[in-house]
Amino acid sequence: MTIKGRVYKYGDNVDTDVIIPARYLNTSDENALAAHCMEDIDKAFALGVRPGDIIVAGDNFGCGSSREHAPIAIKACGVSCVIAVSFARIFYRNSINIGLPIIECKKAVDGIKNGDEVSVDFDKGSITNLTTGEAFAVPPLPGFIQEIVGAGGLLKSLLKAKKE
Amino acid sequence: MPMTMTQKILAAHAGKNSVVCGELIRARLDLILANDITAPVSINELKKAGIDRVFDKTKIALVMDHFTPNKDIKAAAQCQCVRSFARRFDIDNFFDVGRMGIEHALLPEEGLVSPGDLIIGADSHTCTYGALGAFSTGVGSTDAAAGMATGEAWFKVPSAIKFVLKNKPAEHVSGKDIILYIIGKIGVDGALYKSMEFVGDGIKYLGIDDRFTIANMAIEAGAKNGIFPVDGVTLDYLKGKTAKPPTVFEADKDAEYDAVYEIDLSGLRPVVAFPHLPGNTRFIDEVGDIEIDQVVIGSCTNGHISDLRAAAEVLKGKKTHERVRAIIIPATNKIYLEALKEGLIEIFINAGAVVSTPTCGPCLGGHMGVLAEGERAVSTTNRNFVGRMGHVGSEVYLASPYVAAMSAVYGKITGGKI
Repeated sequence: MTIKGRVYKYGDNVDTDVIIPARYLNTSDENALAAHCMEDIDKAFALGVRPGDIIVAGDNFGCGSSREHAPIAIKACGVSCVIAVSFARIFYRNSINIGLPIIECKKAVDGIKNGDEVSVDFDKGSITNLTTGEAFAVPPLPGFIQEIVGAGGLLKSLLKAKKE
Repeated sequence: MPMTMTQKILAAHAGKNSVVCGELIRARLDLILANDITAPVSINELKKAGIDRVFDKTKIALVMDHFTPNKDIKAAAQCQCVRSFARRFDIDNFFDVGRMGIEHALLPEEGLVSPGDLIIGADSHTCTYGALGAFSTGVGSTDAAAGMATGEAWFKVPSAIKFVLKNKPAEHVSGKDIILYIIGKIGVDGALYKSMEFVGDGIKYLGIDDRFTIANMAIEAGAKNGIFPVDGVTLDYLKGKTAKPPTVFEADKDAEYDAVYEIDLSGLRPVVAFPHLPGNTRFIDEVGDIEIDQVVIGSCTNGHISDLRAAAEVLKGKKTHERVRAIIIPATNKIYLEALKEGLIEIFINAGAVVSTPTCGPCLGGHMGVLAEGERAVSTTNRNFVGRMGHVGSEVYLASPYVAAMSAVYGKITGGKI
């Protein structure tokens, strides 16, 4: 799978309260959540984001609340991938469980600026900054996690395992 | 291989003699928790996957605590969704308005947590139960849904950081000050993916409520869980709550830790976390003059009876500052009743505070105390992120119940003597 998009870049410790503020958690409708995604850190995001776009961030992305509404909102916006130096652990699990691709890669984060065009080749394990031409190698996900992602999320992988 | 306390609980629930750091395991769950915000997503995921059963109706807890009593029609519809799920599967531990409390205070109070248990919850502060020597951790709604369906979850076995708490805490230094101090020291990702194990002779001076507060905020350092050894304080608390005998695990003496911190509790002072990170801490004497508009005393972090007693000690015979709205929220109905019997509620109301039924409400800017632009609150809750309690231009300062109550009286962030 290869994806391509424009980058929205943020700093360290982007918390789930700014990804999707709690005042919108009175619904779990993904489109309603997407309309307010990143609202408290970047009002322009939900208005400007296009399918395929990529979020790039620093350390501890998705810290705070366990709300799965955060990766759901990001995915429903059309974001194809989140690349960060590191992820908060619940956000990491949630993203995998709902099938939002995420990559930990400090070098790529350092080498990508806001607004750059970036492509990610998941099969080859590489990130390319199309604006600068620089490429970054990505270590593969553990096999166990690849199975969940490959099945399209945790519950689907459980059902698949049961059938087999 | 020697193991930490956390690793031993994980090994026992994975049916293994031992586990090592980094190992991926599938483990048996003793309890799965979700609330009115996270459970609807779990229920929807189960429905989408065509799963029409739960693994054990006695091992699921659903607590309607975040936007309850319902703040609007959408919130009411979410509770309705969970209520009908609970009825359909005859869930034993469904806690609705009138029987609920804030989940992390309620489940231990109801005897649903025992030492040695393995618990997941679709709420990040599920790590609270480490106070009782259980392994508990926050997950998302899909993990909770999978747990409800299968009774199992996957884990990556964490490494650990050891915090050796020494000596008796200084006056007005509570569990909140200790955990804020630690988060300030190691940072909001200082324990990312790791366990925080709290040990040392200072623990015997910490009541169960202080331990709940400390374990509760382990997530604020990025930790997977926070955990205390089981001692007399733990066993006293458990008396009469549960018939299940405790399973006591102890870390091996030669267990490996990524880091060891020694903290002299007798040398600490009250700590305040400034906007907009829990790790942005200062001692009370370094705070300066900061006028405030609101005080919140409550939440899963600090809504316990000893927290209310600490606030009442300050507010007895005093008036809150005319500029300050003081909102006090006992974490459960049982705590509310106890506070009523002890005369604490009367003290609060006479002081000009308002007392609310249990709810998470203001902590996450839901209801019952949302802040306007430019407003400042001192809060005993757990997060002070941008917009956490309302407008993105509002500010939250995290502190202990004692400091919060003092600040309510003086109209600015205040510690010191009453």
